[in-house]
Amino acid sequence: MKNNAPAAVALPRGTNKLANRFRHTLKECYKYRGLLLLLLPAVIWFAVFKYAPMYGVVVAFKNYKSKYGIVGSDWLNPLFKNFIKLFNTPNFEQVFMNTLIISLLKIALTFPAPILFALMLNEVRNQRYKKVIQTITYLPHFISWVVLAGLLRTLLSPVNGVVNDLIVAFGGQKISFLMEESWFRPIVVMSSLWKNIGWGSIVYLAAITGIDPTVYEAADIDGAGRFRKIFSITVPSILPVITIMFILRMGEIMNGGFDQIVNLYNSFTYSVGDILDTYAYRMGLEKNDYGYSTAITLFKNVIGLGMVLFTNYITKRLGGEGVY
Amino acid sequence: MKKGNHIHRSFGDRAFNWINAVILFVLAFIMLYPFWDMAVMSLSPLAYANKSGLKLWPMGGVTLEAYRQVFSTNIVLTAYKNTIFRTLVGTSISIVLYFCAAYPLGKKELPFRRTLSLFFLIPMFFTGGMVPEFLTYKELGIYNTIWALVLPSLMTTYNLLIVRNFVSGLPDSLEESARVDGASFAVILFQIIIPLSMPVLATVALWVAVAHWNSWYDATVYVRSKDLIVLQKYLRDLLITAKEAASGDSVSGGEALATRTVEAATTLVAIGPILITYPFIQRYFVKGVMVGSVKG
Repeated sequence: MKNNAPAAVALPRGTNKLANRFRHTLKECYKYRGLLLLLLPAVIWFAVFKYAPMYGVVVAFKNYKSKYGIVGSDWLNPLFKNFIKLFNTPNFEQVFMNTLIISLLKIALTFPAPILFALMLNEVRNQRYKKVIQTITYLPHFISWVVLAGLLRTLLSPVNGVVNDLIVAFGGQKISFLMEESWFRPIVVMSSLWKNIGWGSIVYLAAITGIDPTVYEAADIDGAGRFRKIFSITVPSILPVITIMFILRMGEIMNGGFDQIVNLYNSFTYSVGDILDTYAYRMGLEKNDYGYSTAITLFKNVIGLGMVLFTNYITKRLGGEGVY
Repeated sequence: MKKGNHIHRSFGDRAFNWINAVILFVLAFIMLYPFWDMAVMSLSPLAYANKSGLKLWPMGGVTLEAYRQVFSTNIVLTAYKNTIFRTLVGTSISIVLYFCAAYPLGKKELPFRRTLSLFFLIPMFFTGGMVPEFLTYKELGIYNTIWALVLPSLMTTYNLLIVRNFVSGLPDSLEESARVDGASFAVILFQIIIPLSMPVLATVALWVAVAHWNSWYDATVYVRSKDLIVLQKYLRDLLITAKEAASGDSVSGGEALATRTVEAATTLVAIGPILITYPFIQRYFVKGVMVGSVKG
């Protein structure tokens, strides 16, 4: 900004300067052609596989015909036809609320859990035992939701599922967990705990490792107990990390977890489990209503973008360097 | 770690340790049991698998019958072949691309550095979404080819940033002294930078490989042919889609479906390579998170 100010005063010399700068840039590019050449494949890939689909969101405003393609298809007559349809669909409000509710439930329960877990792991004195627990609890992170959902189906099955066997053994009634509306959200939250509690704790464990051990030694001398040290030293020390992680998580609020839900829900549980992403998936890729589906995703992505920018701004304001 | 007062531990301290250890044990048991249950089931005779209750060991004899059934159809072998292909080819191309992009982006003298960084950053905040991606890839002509499983997932901004942060953290002096000694650009890259970048490249390669192995979405949406089926898609059809279809008309449980033992064996066959290699390479995965969190 500042550099441009003097150039505006003396125009003829300014243009000359511009030409010089242009030549300088060309020279720089030639000098660093090796670096630029290395970068080229990635630039092309991003242009084709990321930016071209970004342009593809115009499908939301077009009457897409595959023989004319994205560019050649006609614009819709009321340009916002798909959005009008979306906002007038009785399902829309429910799907929108499901997205927010599931997301907030996950934040409320699966955000604090890895912190607690990291604190507990940190208190384990036997390093071998700690390693074993870590290895086991990180495992589900590497297993796909397809497999985890398959395992859940077996465990929760009303026909010889372990959970129902236990319920019956304690004198209860069998429950068709995955077909009951009231059970869907608890299952979603519990299963995302299963997948993420271990892996999510790594960041906090790393932060705990960074705490100066002399602080603990000083506390020992002062006679502080275990809980005292946890809540007066460990927690305050990792609070900045917790804050940043929380803010970033809030930025993801529009993502209810497509991969998980699409593998767990079914027509019995749409009313409580259908989120914007799964709704867009069914409308677009199962029912081939391309324009409508794109409108749903676009709506979601714009709000999501706003949330991410907002939360990143807050992180920076709080004195963190932001993440990007 | 702090052994300072271990001679003189109080009762409360020991109680704390025990309770903590027990809670963690229970948690780990609950998290591991489903996998164990599946392994036991896959090795059990059908009669035992259909019994109720906790199954900690295959009673009534270990049998490989379920596995024989799994491999009696060609489709599992096709799925295996395709999964291995996409994982190997996809991961190799990814790593080359990541390195080639990360190295220049970490250089201060790169022309248009800010603009280029922004170019790679934007897709992290905004994407075309499911349908525009699908239609674009279709118009590119990769629909229903093996490349639909490889090309669309080659890069993510997040991984690129992790590699860039690592590579730009390497000391400049190494490169400079090599240049003074008359080493060419290629020699510097191949003999200095790439060997030093191995830790981060290995970690990202593992992440990418796992993502390939676990991916079902692209194999469902961008591909239709049975010849291009991958393991996760096959599993999804078997464990989820088929059951959905069955539960739609009757809640009986469905007899026409695969038996529990075959389901379990198929699942195990599909995730076997991950389960086997996981304990040995786990620490590399973790290392990468640390590398990434340095910047965060």
